[in-house]
Amino acid sequence: MHTLPEEQRHLLELVQGFARTEVAPRADAFERASTFPRELFDQLGRMDLTGLPFPEEQGGSALPFRTYLLVLEELSRAFLALGLGLSVHTLATWGIDTFGTPEQRRRFVPDLVAGRLLGAYALSEPDAGSDAAAMSTRARRDGDGYRLDGVKAWVTHGGVADRYLVMARTGEAGARGISAFVVDADQPGLTVAPPESKLGMWASPTAQLVFEDAAVPADRLLGGEEGLGFRIAMASLDGGRLGIAACAVGLAQAALDVATTYARQREQFGRPIIEHQGVAFLLADMATRTEASRAVMLSVADRRDHAAGIGPYAGRDDAGTGYPITAPAAMAKLFATDATMQTTLDAVQVLGGAGYTTDHPAERYLREAKVLQIVEGTNQIQRLVIGRALARG
Amino acid sequence: MKVIVPVKRVPDTAGEKKLDPNDRTVDRDGVESVLCPVNEFSIEEAVRLKEKHGAEVTVLLIGPDSAQPIVRKALSYGLDAAVQVTDDAISGSDALGTARVIAKALESMEWDLVVFGNQSADARTCLVPAAVGELLGVPSLTFARYLEVNGDEVVVHREHEEGWDVVSAQLPALVSVVEAINEPRYPSFKGIMAAKSKPLTVKSLADIGVDDGAVGLGAASATMYEFEPRPPKSAGTIVDDDGSGAAAAQLADWMAEKKFV
Repeated sequence: MHTLPEEQRHLLELVQGFARTEVAPRADAFERASTFPRELFDQLGRMDLTGLPFPEEQGGSALPFRTYLLVLEELSRAFLALGLGLSVHTLATWGIDTFGTPEQRRRFVPDLVAGRLLGAYALSEPDAGSDAAAMSTRARRDGDGYRLDGVKAWVTHGGVADRYLVMARTGEAGARGISAFVVDADQPGLTVAPPESKLGMWASPTAQLVFEDAAVPADRLLGGEEGLGFRIAMASLDGGRLGIAACAVGLAQAALDVATTYARQREQFGRPIIEHQGVAFLLADMATRTEASRAVMLSVADRRDHAAGIGPYAGRDDAGTGYPITAPAAMAKLFATDATMQTTLDAVQVLGGAGYTTDHPAERYLREAKVLQIVEGTNQIQRLVIGRALARG
Repeated sequence: MKVIVPVKRVPDTAGEKKLDPNDRTVDRDGVESVLCPVNEFSIEEAVRLKEKHGAEVTVLLIGPDSAQPIVRKALSYGLDAAVQVTDDAISGSDALGTARVIAKALESMEWDLVVFGNQSADARTCLVPAAVGELLGVPSLTFARYLEVNGDEVVVHREHEEGWDVVSAQLPALVSVVEAINEPRYPSFKGIMAAKSKPLTVKSLADIGVDDGAVGLGAASATMYEFEPRPPKSAGTIVDDDGSGAAAAQLADWMAEKKFV
């Protein structure tokens, strides 16, 4: 266990107790029912866990990003759909709080911080995934507001979220013509397509948002200025990628827990299989990868916290966008999610035939791990981000 | 309205319970102490009174300095203040001795309603709430599975084997609650942090006017002379089901013999 100040220790005890008794036992049922665990998310809100890395004036707890990531890890260890849900919610909330005008921050953020509303983030489109700047959803100026037309894709919480951070084109082709809007679920002209049918993460709906002549008032243009959208989207992703790393570490820990427990109990050739070197070495590698993933995640989080002067946006001169963590955050996401893919694969192998059945959660972990190599930028895009940073020197 | 919630520190209910061979009381060494689980229900009920009627809620704990984390834990649910009665002379008190201390402590405080848990997870006597009521000459409404306060009246559903009775009393009154009464919430992170700075008053027996000789192991009305650890579980009987129905008959006979049916 890492050395933590008393405040963080109390927080983690609270989260661990909740995750163990309320979340983990219900994860499988939510997955099988393909139902988003809204009641668990609401509960996180009542426990003040949806606003940890946000300023106190917004109702948050002003805790460093490191602490928030450790909480995310614990929740993901119990139920990835809930951990990932909090990560996506935080990504959207952070974008609005960091780039909103003072009036927008007061109006849109406190309900998200308190967990009364569920947030989501809409950047990708059917024909603009990794190449997000090629998006075609348009926001046309129309009198006092904008008219949005187009389709956003792969939106986590699509159809269950209350408030979306939506990127749309207001100007020229490319990144500079993109703006960000705060759009609520009851927006006229917005419909949500039926959720995608996926390999895993059934409790976390992924859906397209369809905008048809949707009249969005100008006071929902984030930052009050056109052209900021791509910068907002990318800056939000830096934190989002650390969040995905934390989700991956939690999932890997869950897989390691299940595999280790099984290997201690299952006997073959007259002794527990963990005493056979072939199995023990698999477990040793799983544990080492998980520890290394956690270390890189926390190291990058610490750099972010220190660059900010610790505490939410302590040194927010540049609205939190100038910290040199884009490449390190990509590294944390890349390393942790690739490691978790291998670890969940190995967990199935340790359980053997049992691991391939739905009697044990190992097969679910394997299916869930795959999405982490894809979301918030595929791992190929992470390498691109890192490679470009190296090329710049 | 002023409400008091007496809470107890007990050895971790999941852990193995041991007695100290020297004084034959609960051995707390090496066993983690926790807030008595039934108090999560009594605290929840008090928090609801706070939300509904703006009640001011004070935690009362009888126990040594080392029990202070339990007081803070109770406060983390959003309660207002705490009183802890700490005195070496209290150690080893039986249910009546404990009731004497609680009764005197209550006499030194202002309140309209006291919400107890019906029994502690370690002693499980169910005696203390009623005993405190007798000592104070105040009505005690025990085993409540429902509680409401209307003006200066408290109404409870008192649980028993065949259902429940509706019982009411004028305030001030004491209530003890059973676990069916509500679903306790989790404390919030801000509640945990705020609990550190809530006022905590520590009192001795002299402060509340209890004579040392009236409590403690020496004043206990029952004496334990001997104890033995629980014998290991013996092997059970295994009934093989050969598909003929004989196994079912064998099971039925066994249950009849043990008077389960």
